[in-house]
Amino acid sequence: MDISQLFYNLFFDYTLRTVALGSAILGIVSGALGSFAVLRKQSLLGDAISHAALPGIVLAFLLTRSREPVILMLGALIAGWLATLFMLNVIRTTRIKDDSALGLVLSVFFGLGLMLLTFTQRLPDATQAGLDKFLFGQAATLLQRDVVTMAIIGVLAIALLMTFWKEFKLITFDTEYAASLGYPVRFLDVLLTTLLVVAIVLGLQTVGVVLMSAMIVAPAAAARQWTDKLKNMVILGGLFGAMAGVSGTLISGSAEKIPTGPVIVLCMSVIVLFSMLFATNRGLVWNWFRNLQNRRQLRAQAVLGDLNTLAMQHPNEARGHSSAVLRAMSTNPEGVSLALSQLKEQGLAQELGKDAWALTQAGLDEAGKTEEKEAQHVIRSN
Amino acid sequence: MSSAQIEIQIIASIVAVACALPGVFLVLRRMAMMSDAISHTVLLGIVIAFFVTKSLNSPLLLVGAALMGVITVVLVELLNRTQLVREDAAIGLVFPAIFSVAVILISRFAGDVHLDTDAVLLGELVFAPFNRLKLFGMDIGPEALYTTGGILLLNLIFVIIFYKELKLATFDPALAAALGFAPTVIHYALMTLVSLTAVGSFDAVGSVLVVAFMIAPPAAAYLLTDRLSRMLVYSALIGIFSAVSGYWLSYLLDASIAGSMATMTGASFLISYLFAPERGLLVQARRRQNQPIEFALTMLTMHIANHTAAQEAEIENEVIHLNEHLKWTPQFAMEVVGTAERAGLVTQRNGLLTLTESGLQRANQEFSN
Repeated sequence: MDISQLFYNLFFDYTLRTVALGSAILGIVSGALGSFAVLRKQSLLGDAISHAALPGIVLAFLLTRSREPVILMLGALIAGWLATLFMLNVIRTTRIKDDSALGLVLSVFFGLGLMLLTFTQRLPDATQAGLDKFLFGQAATLLQRDVVTMAIIGVLAIALLMTFWKEFKLITFDTEYAASLGYPVRFLDVLLTTLLVVAIVLGLQTVGVVLMSAMIVAPAAAARQWTDKLKNMVILGGLFGAMAGVSGTLISGSAEKIPTGPVIVLCMSVIVLFSMLFATNRGLVWNWFRNLQNRRQLRAQAVLGDLNTLAMQHPNEARGHSSAVLRAMSTNPEGVSLALSQLKEQGLAQELGKDAWALTQAGLDEAGKTEEKEAQHVIRSN
Repeated sequence: MSSAQIEIQIIASIVAVACALPGVFLVLRRMAMMSDAISHTVLLGIVIAFFVTKSLNSPLLLVGAALMGVITVVLVELLNRTQLVREDAAIGLVFPAIFSVAVILISRFAGDVHLDTDAVLLGELVFAPFNRLKLFGMDIGPEALYTTGGILLLNLIFVIIFYKELKLATFDPALAAALGFAPTVIHYALMTLVSLTAVGSFDAVGSVLVVAFMIAPPAAAYLLTDRLSRMLVYSALIGIFSAVSGYWLSYLLDASIAGSMATMTGASFLISYLFAPERGLLVQARRRQNQPIEFALTMLTMHIANHTAAQEAEIENEVIHLNEHLKWTPQFAMEVVGTAERAGLVTQRNGLLTLTESGLQRANQEFSN
């Protein structure tokens, strides 16, 4: 299948369009709310909540005997929320740390869900078919009305996020300050966590319990590399999430027997990797390049200083100095010739004869300035 | 009980103890979520080893899985070291990616083999007794008994031999490094064990149960004791209890054994969380409730002790004066005095209070504080 066919399908194939739209909505909401979770050091909370949602889904089914996604989602929401509260209480009242509390809630709730699920499967009158799709998600089963529900819930969540933007920002970065200003910190904390639970529950049908946590952490982690501003991070997170959702849907739609959820997660991982490598300012490649430049700059500065010293010691000598002399003066002899050609390029040094180097007027001025700066620095640090 | 039932319970108990041993150190070292990550990523190791060997029974599967577990740990640490993401985010980035690769590989290339993700995640202990190990044509028990038993033995030997090193590296890594105990080596050894345990057990019980057995019993034991050795023993016992009771729960409900056992580990934790003798929620609540009266008793003994020698004793130590001097309401004063008398801290004669020996002791103890 070629690319144009793929895009044609994206717009005109019912299933693909529905799934892509659903994944995009999921990506936006989880990316935006995940940003807060990651900044609040709750990256793995998503993992625990999504696992904890399973018993909620099964119990909702057991109680209502309905497979209506809204009802199952409601069950997931309640279970995820209870799990979070239990976890926070265990951390607050005992010496058990957050990692153990997370792992405990995650595995126990999931086990409980599993027990209930298999229990339900063996009930004579219940056709539970479709409940276990929540394990890995089955994006292909998304219907248009599911997507509409997702869109409505997503818009509501984002709207709440925007309404309480200032407050959420404050409790994310400085909880104590927020409390001292009289903000209801606990309420806001619970509200923000509830929104996170909503975002997670939204994704269960598409990517499933096991991989949903990635949709919380990864877009936010990628977005974090590009910006230091919360607003940009949330927007970028949403964007990355949507990109991964749509591209994952397209890839899994283009070949047989490739589950959508894992592909979306892999697409997201690629975006994270790319961001960590190439993001401006923070990216590893960017950093490596900047370090290299710094090193070259320092090397050139040192040779510039040496040339200046030589010029001052031999005021009447106009024929320049050999690189051997400079090498003898330098702490990094191998770098001298590179530094010289660099200085020449910048118009700070000139080669008067063969291997006879001197500073240009600009070079002398530059060296004078550097010396002055260093002198000031010495005075200040004394 | 049929022999299959007994065998299932024995295997589950072995897994419980095998998981509890490294689990205790994961909980203490604040690395519990690493077990979750590893239990997911070992799947890729298994899948790759399976593609290489084309067999599900090859020991290479175990090696591949353990290797992938260690690779996970290394990757998380590498990510962490870039300082671009925090440690928890690093875990959350690494394991879903690796797990996704495994799931895609399985559903694309290994659809017809007995290697589906459900089995790995959820495990099926029911079938464990059917997979017999034969030696010289003789049936010597289910295979899972030997794999899990071997892993238990390995964990046991490791913990016993390196007990001192593990203890030091866990509670004071800086001192351990200064004394030359190589905390990094211990760290990786522990992680290798966790991977081995995860893969060896989850063939029988699934990766969820591995995580539950690694974290819940140690967390419950952590609330019961302050000694590492006891924590190890308690964790193992709680694990066995959860395994056996979980089995019968699943029998009762006709539900997943792994799920029921995980539920029981949760129930065990809940019991410990509520009723632990010193750190339990109930004891905490009672202590908070008793705090005012305990404090008042101390105040009373100190007040009387302060005024025993002087002539003012007669006025100061009258019961009716307490509300004036300690700012107590009359009812509260009566209650405190009553409790103090019953506790043998004071005696009352003609409305005049005098300290008993133990009352004086309590006051003096507080003075010396």
